[in-house]
Amino acid sequence: MSDHGIKEAPVGKPRGAAFLKGLGRARPTKPGQTYGVPGQGNTTWLSLLTIAGILLLWWAVTTAGLVKPLFMPAPQAIVRKFLDIWTQGFTGTPFWQHVLISTARVFGAFLLACLIGIPLGLAMGMSPVMRGIFDPPIEFYRPIPPLAYLPLMIIWFGIGETSKVLLIFLSVFAPVALGARAGVRSAAIEQIHAAYSFGASRWQVMRHVILPSAMPEILTAMRIGIGFGWTTLVAAEMVAATKGIGYMVLSASQFLQTSTVIMGIFVIAAIAYAFDMLMRFVERRVVPWKGKM
Amino acid sequence: MALEIRDASVVYPAQAGRAPVEALSRINLTVSEHDFVVALGASGCGKSTLLNLIAGFLSPSSGQIVLDGTEVSGPGADRSVVFQKHALLPWLNVRDNVAFGLKLRGAGAASYKVADRFIDLLGLKGFEKSPVYALSGGMQQRVGIARALTCDPKLLLMDEPLGALDALTRERAQELILKIWKSTGKTVFLITHSVEEALFMGTRLIVMSPRPGRIAHEFDLPFSRQFLDGAKAREVKASAEFITLREEVLRIIFSDEEEAA
Repeated sequence: MSDHGIKEAPVGKPRGAAFLKGLGRARPTKPGQTYGVPGQGNTTWLSLLTIAGILLLWWAVTTAGLVKPLFMPAPQAIVRKFLDIWTQGFTGTPFWQHVLISTARVFGAFLLACLIGIPLGLAMGMSPVMRGIFDPPIEFYRPIPPLAYLPLMIIWFGIGETSKVLLIFLSVFAPVALGARAGVRSAAIEQIHAAYSFGASRWQVMRHVILPSAMPEILTAMRIGIGFGWTTLVAAEMVAATKGIGYMVLSASQFLQTSTVIMGIFVIAAIAYAFDMLMRFVERRVVPWKGKM
Repeated sequence: MALEIRDASVVYPAQAGRAPVEALSRINLTVSEHDFVVALGASGCGKSTLLNLIAGFLSPSSGQIVLDGTEVSGPGADRSVVFQKHALLPWLNVRDNVAFGLKLRGAGAASYKVADRFIDLLGLKGFEKSPVYALSGGMQQRVGIARALTCDPKLLLMDEPLGALDALTRERAQELILKIWKSTGKTVFLITHSVEEALFMGTRLIVMSPRPGRIAHEFDLPFSRQFLDGAKAREVKASAEFITLREEVLRIIFSDEEEAA
């Protein structure tokens, strides 16, 4: 500060250095944006461009014959296979039945996991007794890959629907229950105290303060949970299944029908993505206040 | 006689190598009906602990809190609390937030009639359907006050209710609270760390000092009456009497701090 008043004349710098410096620090923002927020900006166009680029590359490489169809069939072959299975079915079963049974398994398990997992998670969040009892078993099985306990499921519950749905159920249950449990902590202590000071009973505080404020976390946990459900689907349909998208993918792979495998993957991805969109819509509707107070 | 605190002490038990902390030491305080009592002090003087005692969130280690002849043994609708922030329910709109306390008691549709009266009183008319998270801080606090008033408490407890507001909104809110205090005739216990706010709003001021938390001084205050009798708020706050007392209270707080440190 002792030399204030004396300023060096700005020295001209090469443009390259200025560009590099520009990468290292944020530019002043336009009105309506906030300076320095990490990862600011819209990504829609870039994402669409990426998808188009991948498709184009895929099409070019396969059509030029650089990769054998056994390893990677061309995109148009996948579409053809899709139309083929759509009209002819797969292994004698119509396509819609494969989709329906898999969706029923995943959503059945998901529904069951929510019906049991959310109340249990809430109870674990609110009662040390419940937490003490249920924390060890859930934390024990949660990190185990479903494929590892699939044999047990089959030994215990047979090769019917029970073991399949149960396997998916288990993979959804843990994240949903733990999400609900964590959600209990979302209510601010001021909200809880205020309710008590208006004469609320413990039950009313749970019902009218803790449960609604846990909703954002519960919905997030449901989104994560259904994701786990879809990942477990193929494992669940590995043994003694004659229908389902997972079964379709697995049996096609045994006959090296790569186009059917890829098509099955896309179908699973499409259903899962559509449901995630639905959940996001529900989220905006049910908890529009999320993150706003 | 509304509220009586008799020899109340609060001691937090010893923790990991630390001696027990005496947060409040032998508090004696009587709050009469229609009083506006303001507790003032630096942080750590136990004023929030005192409010928690009266609200019933905390039980005293020794001594008694008696409200209208009954010993306080937990929170209840006769002592509604207004918090600094984070206390509104964002999933309810303004009207449902204000009616919340009455609906808890099963008042049903009638709670909205009462709610609308206080929405009107707090100048929130036209915002009934607004989500609370879309309101400014000042309006959110008005919702919080309206909500506490609908419960028709004997004692309105305010825990730094204006602490999160900007300076200008805060002065407006002080005036609004005083007018509402006058029109509803409530008994109020308010905590603040703003000396000016304390002097302007209270009929009685208790200055608290830390380590151990205790009531160090008490003052009777004329300023809120002057304002309610028609004087302008800034004129009251700029009067020689006000400024003299403000400096005296500040001097007391600072010297107590040094003594305790």
